[in-house]
Amino acid sequence: MAPHTEQLTRPAVQLRGLTRSFDGRTVLDGIDLDIPAGQFVALLGHSGSGKSTLLRAVAGLDHEVTGSGQLTAPERVSVVFQDSRLLPWRRVLANVLLGLDGKEAEQQGREALAEVGLAGRERAWPNELSGGEAQRAALARSLVREPELLLADEPFGALDALTRIRMHALLRELWERHRPSVLLVTHDVDEAIALADRVLVLEHGRIGLDLTVDRDAQARGEYRVRLLAALGVTADGG
Amino acid sequence: MTTTTLKTAAPVVVADERPRARRRGLAPGTRLPAARLTGPLLLLVLWAAASAAGRLDPAAIPAPWTVVETGARLWTDGTLTTDILTSLQRAGSGFVIGLTAGIVLALASGLTRTGEALIDGTVNLNRAIPTLGLIPLFILWLGIGETFKIAIIAIVVYIPIYLNTHAALSGIDHRFVELAEVQGLSKLRFIREIVIPGALPGFFVGLRLGVTGSWLGLVVLEQINATSGLGYMMFQAQNYGQSDVILVGLVVYGIFGLVSDSTVRLIERRVLSWRRTLSN
Repeated sequence: MAPHTEQLTRPAVQLRGLTRSFDGRTVLDGIDLDIPAGQFVALLGHSGSGKSTLLRAVAGLDHEVTGSGQLTAPERVSVVFQDSRLLPWRRVLANVLLGLDGKEAEQQGREALAEVGLAGRERAWPNELSGGEAQRAALARSLVREPELLLADEPFGALDALTRIRMHALLRELWERHRPSVLLVTHDVDEAIALADRVLVLEHGRIGLDLTVDRDAQARGEYRVRLLAALGVTADGG
Repeated sequence: MTTTTLKTAAPVVVADERPRARRRGLAPGTRLPAARLTGPLLLLVLWAAASAAGRLDPAAIPAPWTVVETGARLWTDGTLTTDILTSLQRAGSGFVIGLTAGIVLALASGLTRTGEALIDGTVNLNRAIPTLGLIPLFILWLGIGETFKIAIIAIVVYIPIYLNTHAALSGIDHRFVELAEVQGLSKLRFIREIVIPGALPGFFVGLRLGVTGSWLGLVVLEQINATSGLGYMMFQAQNYGQSDVILVGLVVYGIFGLVSDSTVRLIERRVLSWRRTLSN
């Protein structure tokens, strides 16, 4: 699918010299990044490379972290976590509507659930859902607010391989329909290539590689080699 | 690629015609309805049989039917009802005050740092002193009337409710706090949607301990410092050697405990229906 060029003019997320450190250890070291509205960006990195720190900074969840730099993010931001983080004491629909009121919101909640394939499960308890269903409910919860920016922190990390493939297709489909900007944190190179239009590799607190993925290209294998090399992994099979 | 070499082993199909022995289940099996009554009923039968055979000293352990007769007599002449009402009123008032205090203090201490600084240490100090040990002091302060009894029961009740509710409040999963921030919940809404439902399981543990505590406090208070109530009735019966009256009192206490605990359990099951435990 061709990018909507008219939407790409205004950056949704803008970072200038973003620095974050924990106990004197610099995790993010002056990051400059523009994410155009509607772009699907995947952020790769080793564990401890600071990719979650970056996502949490954009989400505004790093209250007690020292840092500096400028950060612009849209008004409506939704976050999908690695765990579905559904409240076990609220039914699925109430979880999707957490923080929203009114009949109209309820209708949107039902629609969002239908969109992720959970129509009919509105009155289920979260612990009656499978891992994939719970994560789909979490996606519905983030969608119902019509976010301009969707932040996802390894959202499929805890799912089995088959469920994960299905979730990839669903996320891509939802993105094509709603067109939020997406920042997806992952450590899975294949997931990044399969989903994103642009893949960033975070290395030592800086963006080590900024790769634009041509989704029609046959060059998936080449992307993979380049990304793995940027992560310090030599060609597979070695 | 090295991964391709791993795919050589074809799946092996073993035709096993022998009927395979089922594994022995380790769960105790299906529970029969009301099966837990078997033990108590058996005890009752043994008691009745021993009484009928004249193997029990009726002055020490009267026959079950004697207890029933005495109970009916005390009920019809009105003394038992008066005593029950007096006792229920004491336990009830103390319980309600203790419950309210426990909840209010736990919320104040669990939701604000100031509250925690003021309340938590104080309650733990209070907990270190066995409440029944406060009886002499409270009699000096409040006299030997109803006020001091209600005060002691309230203290016995509020401590477990406070401790368990507070522990549950401070144990609320940090991930849910983060979620509330992401979803833009207001403080009030955060308390309503996350804090209170999240703390309810702990609160119910405290509630059940509090209910048990209120009866325990009642029994002790009525037997040493009362001129009315069930405990007083039993104390008098002890002086006159009426073991049947003592047993009637014990049966009533037992019914109190059973009914109140079942009520709390019932409410708990309703309120916490989202929890699916191993027992269902």
